[in-house]
Amino acid sequence: MSPETMSIFSPALAARFDALVQKYPVKRSALVPMLLYAQDEIGYLSDAVVAEVADRIGITELEVRNVASYYSMLRFKPAGRYNIQVCTNISCMLRGAYDVYERFQEELGIGHKGVTADGVFSLEEVECIGACCWAPAIQVNYDFHDELSPDHVPGILSGYRGKARVEGSR
Amino acid sequence: MPRLVSHPDEVKIVTRRFGMGAEKIDRYVELGGYEAAKKCFAQGPEWIIDEMKASGLRGRGGAGFPTGMKWSFVPKQSAKPKYVLVNGDESEPGTCKDHLIFLHDPHAVIEGTIIAGLAIGAKVGFIYLRGEYRYLLEIVERAVADAYERGFLGKNIFGSGTEFQVITQTGAGAYEVGEESALMESLEGKRGIPRIKPPFPAVVGLYGGPTVINNAETIAAVPHIIAMGGAAYAGVGSPRNGGTRLFGLSGHIERPGVYELPMGYSLKKMIFEVGGGVRGGRKLKAVVPGGSSTPVLLPEEIENLGMDFDQVGKAGSMLGSGGVVVIDDQTCMVEFALRTISFYAHESCGWCIPCREGTDWLKKSLTRFHAGFGAASDIDNIQYLAENMLGRTFCPLGDAAAMPTIAFVKKFRKEFEDHLNGKPCPYAREGVPQLTVV
Repeated sequence: MSPETMSIFSPALAARFDALVQKYPVKRSALVPMLLYAQDEIGYLSDAVVAEVADRIGITELEVRNVASYYSMLRFKPAGRYNIQVCTNISCMLRGAYDVYERFQEELGIGHKGVTADGVFSLEEVECIGACCWAPAIQVNYDFHDELSPDHVPGILSGYRGKARVEGSR
Repeated sequence: MPRLVSHPDEVKIVTRRFGMGAEKIDRYVELGGYEAAKKCFAQGPEWIIDEMKASGLRGRGGAGFPTGMKWSFVPKQSAKPKYVLVNGDESEPGTCKDHLIFLHDPHAVIEGTIIAGLAIGAKVGFIYLRGEYRYLLEIVERAVADAYERGFLGKNIFGSGTEFQVITQTGAGAYEVGEESALMESLEGKRGIPRIKPPFPAVVGLYGGPTVINNAETIAAVPHIIAMGGAAYAGVGSPRNGGTRLFGLSGHIERPGVYELPMGYSLKKMIFEVGGGVRGGRKLKAVVPGGSSTPVLLPEEIENLGMDFDQVGKAGSMLGSGGVVVIDDQTCMVEFALRTISFYAHESCGWCIPCREGTDWLKKSLTRFHAGFGAASDIDNIQYLAENMLGRTFCPLGDAAAMPTIAFVKKFRKEFEDHLNGKPCPYAREGVPQLTVV
């Protein structure tokens, strides 16, 4: 990639991407991780992200979009700062995941793939997240919360609201 | 942090180091770690494959293919580089065992990868984790970095003059990528669409080179097999089903968790003794024995059922990924079938028409049916549609959707019939809003 100053990513992430394309026998293997890490920093796959990733890998923007559209974690629209992903698949469903999901909807006033007006939270009903024996489980961004009941919901939300305030004031 | 459980019937081999701090390299070495890899350098590839064959280890991802045999299919001479690929895209509903392996014993996966590499003559191994497992990827990446620092990975591992590199990779959300050819596509930076077979990955795999693909649990068992000896490992299990398995008990069970039990262990005992029985003292209605793609079993079908690939196969289901989902007598099986098929409809990659259209139609039919808009003819149509998906797709996702659906209709036909005539779901749990005809 051209000098870091031309990158839309932070210097740390740009340096990480410079290394990432060297990591594999074939450069293109860096594509999926690069998209996910870019999304972690920018919030979603904006046109600028797609353009820079295409440039770094040496493929067309269309090819990048074609691959990105396949993966459920990658998105082309912004989500909330904390994306709440409630698993409702069988093991979680049997232990009350839908009650947990409904409580999140009530507390936040949003539905599937909705974003709160302040941009702090988004909500998603997701497929199995690999926490079946600790069900019902959710992920907030990458953090797992296990063995939940609807009563845990307000506490989880206020915890992340507090975090958002601290991070926002920086 | 996922809770660890324990039961006296467990035989702890793969889980031996869980909760002991073995994610730190010093502790792992203190607990005998990397000794198996060193032993393999002294003994050589043929000895490794013989031990693996003797162990009776069969693939823990779900298919149950003998691991030693899989390794022996890789050609000795190859113009293209050979690879080991560890499948940690754990996504089968009901399955969370690899989650614990990466969390508590990442070095066992690295050591198993080194041994597999030695056995087939590969210089590079990949460890692929699903995108949701970011915190586990960070643990694995720390472990890999520590192994490089110690010289257990790199240009001259254990001072043997042999090179072996391990490369970690993250997915970004896709059940289909758990299928081995889709996994290779994803690792090559493409959509995770299955490849036609043959050629099999052992001959033409990742980047066109011969590739061995093993589940993370399979690979984590390898160092233990080398340490204890293949025959001793085989002795723990049942005939043709070597060793132990990490069974994940979930759903309506009193003590859910991942338990390591010998292959062939009684399913009834697993539910009623190890797991403490059905939650709240309720009655058992059904059990999904090996992840959501495996056909459901009735209480009478598990009476004398040992949990190994052959016995569960004979009972008309599959051992699959070892995810045992327990269902109590207050569950609506139409709703359960609908939730199962909704997952496969969401995850179908769309490459093969029978799977793409079939899962979508099954979801639509079951949604309508559960809401009370079903017709009597729908019941046979659902079964007919599912039966015609079987064996007609490149990868097993089509079968994974069809097989459980067929079993739900066959074994719970009465519950389907009870949903007819526009009535709201007669099996709905108390307090859950009813879908009604408008």
